[in-house]
Amino acid sequence: MKTIEELSKIASQVRRDIVRMVNAAGCGHPGGSMSSTDILVTLFFNVMKQDPASWKRSAEGQDAFILSAGHLAPVYYSVLARAGYFPKEDLGSLRRFGSKLQGHPSVGLPGVFQPSGSLGQGVAAAAGIALGKKLSGDGNFVYVLCGDGESEEGEIWESATFAAHHGLDNLVAMTDYNHQQIDGSIEDVAGLSSLADRWLAFGWDVIEAEGHDFESIQNAFALAKRQDGKPTMILFNTEMGHGVDFMAGTHEWHGKAPNAEQTAQALAQLEETLGDY
Amino acid sequence: MKYTDTGKKDTRSGFGQGLLEAGRADERVLALTADLKGSLKMGAFAKEFPERFIQCGIAEANMVGVAAGLALTGKVPFCGSFAEFITGRVYDQIRQEVAYGKTNVKLASSHAGITLGEDGATHQTMEDIALMRAIPGMTVLVPCDYNQTRQATIAAAKFEGPVYLRFGRPSVPNFTDPDEKFVIGKVYRLTEGSDVTIVCCGHTVWEALIAADTLEARGIHAEVLNAATVKPLDEKAIVESAAKTGAVLVVEEHNMAGGLGEAVAAVLVQHKPVPMRFINGGDRFGQSGTPAVLMEHYGLTAANIEKEALNLLEAGR
Repeated sequence: MKTIEELSKIASQVRRDIVRMVNAAGCGHPGGSMSSTDILVTLFFNVMKQDPASWKRSAEGQDAFILSAGHLAPVYYSVLARAGYFPKEDLGSLRRFGSKLQGHPSVGLPGVFQPSGSLGQGVAAAAGIALGKKLSGDGNFVYVLCGDGESEEGEIWESATFAAHHGLDNLVAMTDYNHQQIDGSIEDVAGLSSLADRWLAFGWDVIEAEGHDFESIQNAFALAKRQDGKPTMILFNTEMGHGVDFMAGTHEWHGKAPNAEQTAQALAQLEETLGDY
Repeated sequence: MKYTDTGKKDTRSGFGQGLLEAGRADERVLALTADLKGSLKMGAFAKEFPERFIQCGIAEANMVGVAAGLALTGKVPFCGSFAEFITGRVYDQIRQEVAYGKTNVKLASSHAGITLGEDGATHQTMEDIALMRAIPGMTVLVPCDYNQTRQATIAAAKFEGPVYLRFGRPSVPNFTDPDEKFVIGKVYRLTEGSDVTIVCCGHTVWEALIAADTLEARGIHAEVLNAATVKPLDEKAIVESAAKTGAVLVVEEHNMAGGLGEAVAAVLVQHKPVPMRFINGGDRFGQSGTPAVLMEHYGLTAANIEKEALNLLEAGR
């Protein structure tokens, strides 16, 4: 178990990785990556049961994670590398020809169970894993991270119905609730109102937590694993672009790469704690 | 006629029986449906293995994703719906979760083509083979009768990788050897001939056999090839036959774009160009009617196959 101070240091390094990776690639999605950093750092370092060194792409006998919002690849890749799934030096190859670090997650990179990028599909895959585990008597969990904008996709709600109907209480879904999507705020773009009310109405347990407060994140995961016959959705209140002042709280940084000057400005605000890749 | 109709049966019942037998042989086999258990003939499987039958409700996109997840836990999920709803409706889910994700999911596609009949065009897909052929790595099976559909289902369960298995609603002649194991990737040569090759799949195979019989009476020897695996296509068998006969007619219950006809043409134009003709739905939607009336309307009958074979040979002279 990492202490909160240790988690905080990992998160700072992950945010540095994100900024540097996206800058080097010249394109990518830093905003949502930085809003979900603290959630994924906590999940991979303190919650999930997986052995990075001997990981294989089988959801049997271990916890599984699905990134439904595939454009959050930068944070996913950095967390996987920092957790030991592959060398951190590989992070510099994001979006390059021949790299396993494809623009959106692809099978073949250690730690990745399913490809994602076309939105709204991760909860279904996670529900399938959860059901498979129930059928096999495997007591491990499956986690899936969605975007809030992504929750405008209809398939998410098909999966919500299915998981509740089948009592998949080994399924823990998370929403990076940063209220921003490419074209603006989720309220302006699609009128997406109260995700809490929606998930409750579909028969899920809903937990609201602060997505940049490690204690709140850890408590939410502990509560989510109580297995009361219902799947759980944790709505993490977050801020897009969190950690860098000029990137924070705006949809402008959903899918834009910082230039050299902006990168230097951003890195000045993010402590190098574990050594850059 | 070399083949005997042992009694009309629907190919979907062949799927149901094959699924039951595959389930008995391998406990990893699961059945998923989107509120079409009866139509897909999954009832016997569901009765014998209630815990391995997963009702997904009318939510096909989720069903495909759930199947991918189940496959990641070592299961062999068959997810079934009508052909349109297990292809067109969920193309992107199949593409990302099943094919790009390389998950061991079997897509069971019933009521394919126009012979779904009275429900009309919203339910009749004539484009599904094209959609599934277009996806890298997808295996596309279109067995021709009850026996072959049963065997193809058993073969699909044993096969590692995504499979699209297409079958239909109406009762049609059942004539293939019930004990013949289905070989994925094989074109079955049902009759030998030297004058014209008829490549076909699914419900049109029996019609082609009858046409071959009437052509024989005219002194024309037709070679009927059952392309029960549309992808990967047995190119060698098709090229060999075309080299022998010098004329190829392709018949399918599907539209022209992306179907078996274009697949065969792509092989022959590169390796053995010969005069060709195509019988298919063209570029049209289906419509309401009985299967027999619709087969007639779209030209998928033995009489029309005979006529087009004669036209093909006449044009080649």
